[in-house]
Amino acid sequence: MANALDPHAAIATTATGLTDGALRTADGRPLVRALARSQSLARRRAFLLVLPLLAFILITFVVPIGQMLQRSFYNDGFSAHMPQLSQWFADNPRGVEPDDAAWTALATDLQAAAEGRTIGIVGTRINYDVPGTRSLFTSTGRQVRRGLEPPYQAALLDINEDWGSPQLWSAMRNAATPLTGNFYLAAVDRSRADDGSIVQVEERQQVYVMLFMRTFWLSLVITAITFILGFPIAHLLATLPMRKSNLLMILVLLPFWTSLLVRTTSWMVLLQQQGVINDVLVWLGVIGGSQRLQMIYNQTGTIIAMTHILLPFMILPLYSVMRTINPSYVRAARSLGATSWTAFRRVYFPQTLPGLGAGALLVFILAVGYYITPALVGGSSGQLISNMIAMHMTDTLNWSMAAALAALLLGAVLLLYWVYDRMVGIDNLKLG
Amino acid sequence: MKTTLVLSTALAGMAFAATAQEVNVVSWGGAYEVSQVEAYNKPFTAATGIKANMIAADDPATPLKAQVEANNITGDVFDLAMADAIRLCDEGALMEFDPADLPAGADGTPAAEDFVDGSLGDCAVGNIVWGTVIGYDKTKFEAEAPTTVADFFDTEKFPGKRGLPKSPKRTLYLALIADGVAADDIYDTLATPEGVDRAFAKLDTIKNDVIWWEAGAQPMQLLADGEVVMTTVYNGRIFDAMVGEGKPFDVIWDGQYLEINAFVVPKDAPNPEAAVEYVKFATGTQPLADQAKYIAYGPARQSSAPLVGMYQDGTTEMAPHMPTEPEHLTTAVVDDPEFWADHDAELSERFNSWLAGS
Repeated sequence: MANALDPHAAIATTATGLTDGALRTADGRPLVRALARSQSLARRRAFLLVLPLLAFILITFVVPIGQMLQRSFYNDGFSAHMPQLSQWFADNPRGVEPDDAAWTALATDLQAAAEGRTIGIVGTRINYDVPGTRSLFTSTGRQVRRGLEPPYQAALLDINEDWGSPQLWSAMRNAATPLTGNFYLAAVDRSRADDGSIVQVEERQQVYVMLFMRTFWLSLVITAITFILGFPIAHLLATLPMRKSNLLMILVLLPFWTSLLVRTTSWMVLLQQQGVINDVLVWLGVIGGSQRLQMIYNQTGTIIAMTHILLPFMILPLYSVMRTINPSYVRAARSLGATSWTAFRRVYFPQTLPGLGAGALLVFILAVGYYITPALVGGSSGQLISNMIAMHMTDTLNWSMAAALAALLLGAVLLLYWVYDRMVGIDNLKLG
Repeated sequence: MKTTLVLSTALAGMAFAATAQEVNVVSWGGAYEVSQVEAYNKPFTAATGIKANMIAADDPATPLKAQVEANNITGDVFDLAMADAIRLCDEGALMEFDPADLPAGADGTPAAEDFVDGSLGDCAVGNIVWGTVIGYDKTKFEAEAPTTVADFFDTEKFPGKRGLPKSPKRTLYLALIADGVAADDIYDTLATPEGVDRAFAKLDTIKNDVIWWEAGAQPMQLLADGEVVMTTVYNGRIFDAMVGEGKPFDVIWDGQYLEINAFVVPKDAPNPEAAVEYVKFATGTQPLADQAKYIAYGPARQSSAPLVGMYQDGTTEMAPHMPTEPEHLTTAVVDDPEFWADHDAELSERFNSWLAGS
């Protein structure tokens, strides 16, 4: 019976010849160690195989995102270019009035920053906390470049009396250490008062909390609409004969394969006031020529275009789950006396939940971070938080603020994911 | 004229002709880009052998700021609004220019005196003077045409959607003028919180009738599509649509916003020598005058003005379309680049908050 190729046979034959009872391989090594060795070899090989992917993710995803997020709580725009004043703040606790040493440090740093043309960076950093102070730094910089005589306090106050403002000194103290939580405060419409306490910003400047709410609310609405529109289609796809359902499937996938921008701009052509839909309505006499509907460049436009774009993400997971549902369950329910509604509600629908969960989660998370569609068709009332992040990235160049908003958005999505896992269970998710 | 041009620049170009270099110029796209390619790039390449590539942006300051922040500069020359040039210069991102190094005007005036007021910065060399004006569709107002900024805000008398740019700089002044502030007092008013509130309050009155645009080519598209009946627009763009394409549009010069654009070179530009050479060449008397042949923007050099003549079609006189025409200057708001260098960030934030909240 002993076969040289059968490992069990080899172990068995060797084992019989030994006295300590430990299993050994054919060449006499303990089996446990040999197994561990060959397994670790396999593991290493598997690791080498995924190494390129791992490196790719690390370089293109983890590191840049980590660096970006770091900006949300680390900004050395002030501390790096105003070293002496930063040192003075480090040596003197909050509450100490700026003395001669502080004014001298301020003057020397200002002169160095003006010469090195970094004064704009310093001013920009303080401007984040005290709007309108950038000009104080840059205009003072232009003057100190011509020279500054001690006593510095009098000289600087002479240039601009705002240098004596306690609010400014408080902001400079906050910025003297590169670590700061101010961007997160600003991202939830809060700011720090002169004494360091946290207060709400003026009502007309409160925008981020409202935008976060709007983003989550619109994403919920869009998820609900994709469900209402997608469920019947997915059901039809799953139950029609193959030839017809394939044709239908192409109709679902075709827009999916079309460029996002093309689809968004097509909606612009359709929905705008001089667009196709309004033209047809006017031609039919449903509305008068002067009552053309405003369907784009507002929230309606954002909802319509995003629902269309995200619909396949709902249909596909639903479809893949529905196809595996055995039709005999519903038939059995009907034969046992259930009405068609009860059979659907009690038997069919619960079985589609894994697909629905996956679809809803996909659509919702994609919608929360959507940028280009609201930017193009959202006008002003259809803007989402992502448009604010983009504005800070490209327009105001306040990357720290953009990072703080993005971190909050990421945190909120992770929280929702956790809640979903708690309530529904992530194992119940079926992506296809 | 062309031969003198080639001769005068041949000397400067010789040193560079030997090496095949290139320079990437980031500008505003559209009809303006065409004028720059014709007036600056083609003669520049002919004279120096350096290839000039054009890159279009909605506002070149945006990619430049992002490139500076990311420490990865890819453009050599950027065409910026003066305020952005001053701001970036303050942040140490730009190369400094000495006016003495710039070529003198064709009439021999040194560059420092030849450039119009405010068109030379520490790091910036002016190229054009241009206006943001109100353009409207004549066919939509056959009974009575709008003539003032106040008409732009009067949606009852002149019904229809308005186009405005998504930027505080080119909207707030308009609101203040419509609200009765004199052109000269705009910046004194905007410097106070009450003045800013006043501007936003006026904008509120037409907020629901505005379609916001971002790229310079968009307002003409919106007007041509009938999506808006009136929009602010860069004066060169509407000139191009009216004269170049024969569209039935007209211009309201009341309350035009005069600005100077300038070339800058970032400190870490990939081809700094070629970039400086390009800036010196393009802001010479003749190229600046030639530029005005293709689009209705005024040259930043005084010595160029007498050389501006006809539009490229040979029949349209350029002068009545120029933002610098004395008649158009009576109610013009002149840009205050230092104001915007200092206040752009905060007003942008306020503006965007205002825009998003409704």
